[in-house]
Amino acid sequence: MNEQNVIYGINGPVVTVRNSHSFSMTEMVYVGEERLVGEVIGITSELTTIQVYEETTGLRPGEPVVGTGSPMNVTLGPGILDNIFDGIERPLKAIEEESGSFISRGSSVSSLDENREWAVTLRVKPGDKLNGGDIYAVCPETPIIEHRFMVPPALSGVVESVKPDGNYKIHDVIAVLRDENGNTHDLTLCQKWPIRTPRPVKERLQTTLPLITGQRVIDTLFPVAKGGTAAIPGGFGTGKTMTQHQLAKWCDADIIVYVGCGERGNEMSQVLEEFSELVDPKSGRPMTDRTVLIANTSNMPVAAREASIYTGVTLAEYYRDMGYHVAIMADSTSRWAEALREISGRLEEMPAEEGFPAYLPSRLSEFYERASMCVNLNGSDGSVTIIGAVSPQGSDFSEPVTQNTKRFTRCFWALDKALAYARHYPAINWTESYSEYFIDLDPWYTEHLGEDFVKYRRRISQLLQEENKLMEIVKLIGSDVLPDDQKLIIEIARVIRVGFLQQNAFHQEDTYVPLEKQREMMRVILHLYRKARQLISASVPISNILQTGLFDKLVKMKYDIPNNRLDMFDEYTAEIDKLLADLVAA
Amino acid sequence: MLIDYLGVREINGSLIVLDDVEGASFEEVVDIRLDDGTMRQGRVVQMEGKRIVVQVFEGTRGISLDNTRTRLKGHPMELALSPELLGRVFDGAGRPIDGLGDIYPVARANINGTPINPVSRVYPKNYINTGISSIDTLMTLIRGQKLPIFSGSGMKHNELAVQIARQARISDEGEEKFCIVFAAMGAKNDVAEYFRRSFDESGVLQKVVMFLNLSNDPIIERILTPRCALTAAEYLAFELGMHVLVIMTDMTSYAEALREFSSSKGEIPGRKGFPGYLYSDLASLYERAGMVRGKSGSVTQIPILTMPNDDVTHPVPDLTGYITEGQIVLDRSLDNSGVYPPVSILPSLSRLMKDGIGEGYTRADHSALSNQLFASYAKVMDARSLASVIGEEELSPTDKKYLEFGRLFEQQFITQGANENRSIDESLDLGWRLLSTLPREELDRVDEKLLDQYYRPGQKEA
Repeated sequence: MNEQNVIYGINGPVVTVRNSHSFSMTEMVYVGEERLVGEVIGITSELTTIQVYEETTGLRPGEPVVGTGSPMNVTLGPGILDNIFDGIERPLKAIEEESGSFISRGSSVSSLDENREWAVTLRVKPGDKLNGGDIYAVCPETPIIEHRFMVPPALSGVVESVKPDGNYKIHDVIAVLRDENGNTHDLTLCQKWPIRTPRPVKERLQTTLPLITGQRVIDTLFPVAKGGTAAIPGGFGTGKTMTQHQLAKWCDADIIVYVGCGERGNEMSQVLEEFSELVDPKSGRPMTDRTVLIANTSNMPVAAREASIYTGVTLAEYYRDMGYHVAIMADSTSRWAEALREISGRLEEMPAEEGFPAYLPSRLSEFYERASMCVNLNGSDGSVTIIGAVSPQGSDFSEPVTQNTKRFTRCFWALDKALAYARHYPAINWTESYSEYFIDLDPWYTEHLGEDFVKYRRRISQLLQEENKLMEIVKLIGSDVLPDDQKLIIEIARVIRVGFLQQNAFHQEDTYVPLEKQREMMRVILHLYRKARQLISASVPISNILQTGLFDKLVKMKYDIPNNRLDMFDEYTAEIDKLLADLVAA
Repeated sequence: MLIDYLGVREINGSLIVLDDVEGASFEEVVDIRLDDGTMRQGRVVQMEGKRIVVQVFEGTRGISLDNTRTRLKGHPMELALSPELLGRVFDGAGRPIDGLGDIYPVARANINGTPINPVSRVYPKNYINTGISSIDTLMTLIRGQKLPIFSGSGMKHNELAVQIARQARISDEGEEKFCIVFAAMGAKNDVAEYFRRSFDESGVLQKVVMFLNLSNDPIIERILTPRCALTAAEYLAFELGMHVLVIMTDMTSYAEALREFSSSKGEIPGRKGFPGYLYSDLASLYERAGMVRGKSGSVTQIPILTMPNDDVTHPVPDLTGYITEGQIVLDRSLDNSGVYPPVSILPSLSRLMKDGIGEGYTRADHSALSNQLFASYAKVMDARSLASVIGEEELSPTDKKYLEFGRLFEQQFITQGANENRSIDESLDLGWRLLSTLPREELDRVDEKLLDQYYRPGQKEA
């Protein structure tokens, strides 16, 4: 590494170095006098190609390029939670303190606060045998999350010495490990991990636990499993970001990693503001205590946008290894794919579909495959659930990113423009969306919510399907010509759509709905349907049934029944029975 | 060390290639002097060892392989800034063209700007009252927002933009803190003149900075125009504490200039020939809207773009919609039927409005009312498409009520005069009056309490 490597060519974020043999693929490098962070993405005997994660304006040929000898990596340790990073794990709050409101280049702030002290409790004693992933110490990272310090996966050995419990900084050595070759290794509070390599696990498990989100259309009709993958495609204005925010706020994962990848700056400041005000219902602490944000807004350098997804999933895997259930929201993977395309274009690679590089599907699958429910190296269970938003060009789901994402995710929540126009939120289209997790999850639902839940769900989706078919006719000839039993399906489907599927994120009771209430709501709706159908087969005209006001009452029950008053549902069924019996009597 | 480089090695479109250049830096500005004495400016866009590729802003007409002298300026493209900017007119590359001489710079800034740290942003919450019912009620403009107008050739987007600029009022601060930056990219001469005249007539010309790249001006300068305008806007907002409204027209011409430039560099095209980095490039403009903690000013953007063939899936409106915080879409059939402003309600949206309206900002019932208007108007569309198949006579009574509601809504609520300035209370009350023509049980987005307060059926329209 003695030879001095210098910049040869510059084209946007891509910089080349000539006649160098000292770099390796995906190595992290510092470019120019300002030491901009970059990564080696191509090597020939003549040219080494580097993508730079910062603005390249003002760089000159002849400025030095210095290798770090290790691939692009992130620092893992306490202080990640309740923090906000850019795409390559630089802390934005610390950068603000250093350089003000606008991001300057070549910032050398370290990822985690090196001066903060953590109250560490040691879990091992000299002589203990430790393997990769074993926990040697813990500390409270935030009031609700315990940070568990793990032996790096490739390391194992016998503990030679430990420090007493106490306050330590992240680079302090708190234990020394001697491996079988007799070499000693210092264990500190942090470790490094290359972002493009998945962290190893002992065994992958079947995904049998649902990720409970409190959103009716998701929990009931299209559930996702912990350790599963879901895609939310939708054109602009259909509520992708809104849905992601709702999931991040309410889903029952222990830790949320929210990646704002090439999205709006104002949106990220909204997340920051909302999450610090929002109180987690389970712990009574601010949401930020269990959240890490990665913000690489659309005007920040494009190469860092490409890296942000990997940074996010690496952080998620690190917490999974501690035994937590982690959910990562990536908003939006299309921006990430466009970053790939942009860099690929600069490299003058042969494009495949729509200018995207031919390796788009393999990169997408590598990313989504990092979702898992597994037994970690230290024997604990953990999961990483990936929920990726997709922004299809021209709202056209046949474009390459949506199509390839569909292949690698098992849940597809298609957002629909027509629903969004009618302000039906969440605008998840119930005919286009699907979930492949039913088989894995149904046993759980049956065990915890009774056999009825699965039965009700099937009935509800049948009714929606039937309505869908009937609506084709209605669109052509109007609803007046339909027989009463079909009109009833249309009316009950309206109750399902407006009263059940539609959910108001700004309403105190409605923003999160527990599964028991979801089941009860379905029960009451289906009860009304069954009773009304009996009346109709007894030739009671549907207009009389509608006049009871029961349908409108059920539409509003999501607001009228508080989440903790499930007993009120029985009053509803009683009222249905009574009013309909009165009708027959009349 | 000022060296003149004689001649060029290659000319390709607006690009020239120079060999054996020492010490150039990426995106540096160069001066090019032709033998006949004309001066041109350019910018380094690609470098490979000692060979540099320079983009010439004014075009390469008249340049031959050896009639030029090129000099490196040693810094990237900068704009001279001072409070005197207000009331001045510049060309697309930031040179004064109003005959009042150069700006005496208090500061200089790189026109590319630097990204605002997401942590430093203030989430925009204060609404701007535009006095236009459809916008104030249904897609409220918020200070620090970027809200484009999606239009088509021949529609009244310019009139709408002028009306917004003229009527825009910020509730809590005085007039003196408000100013307008106007950037024309490939705009027709009369369009630029229309804007200038309108600003003049409403007496705000001294509060306007204009950057004009007209349709017969060099294409390459068009790429610089919005950057100059936004640099000026950022200076006025974040250094001088003003509330700046930036109007940029027409983003489609800008994107086409970018495409032309990209293809002359031989880059691999993406959708419809636009370069693959169009999204990042547009974002680097739009994301310069916002508010920053600790500074009192704000940058609010209203970009105007004409959708080719009224196609909202065209890459420019499509990508714009993904970056901006909503959009105001104009509709040709409304325009043709004489509705002004022809705002198409359903696809229009303001993402930031939910936190900038309601109690303490506008009125407590605002959010419910606007949801209900959207939902009811969506049903009008259903009823209309049904009516077009089976005829209006065959519709159910409720559907007929919807048709009537739709007519009133378009004629009384959306339609207003080009000089009519409605207060927010007027607009909201009008909304309730129109909703009261519908049966009460159809209003399912509003809770009972609000209905009791505002639902007044049977009232005749004034």
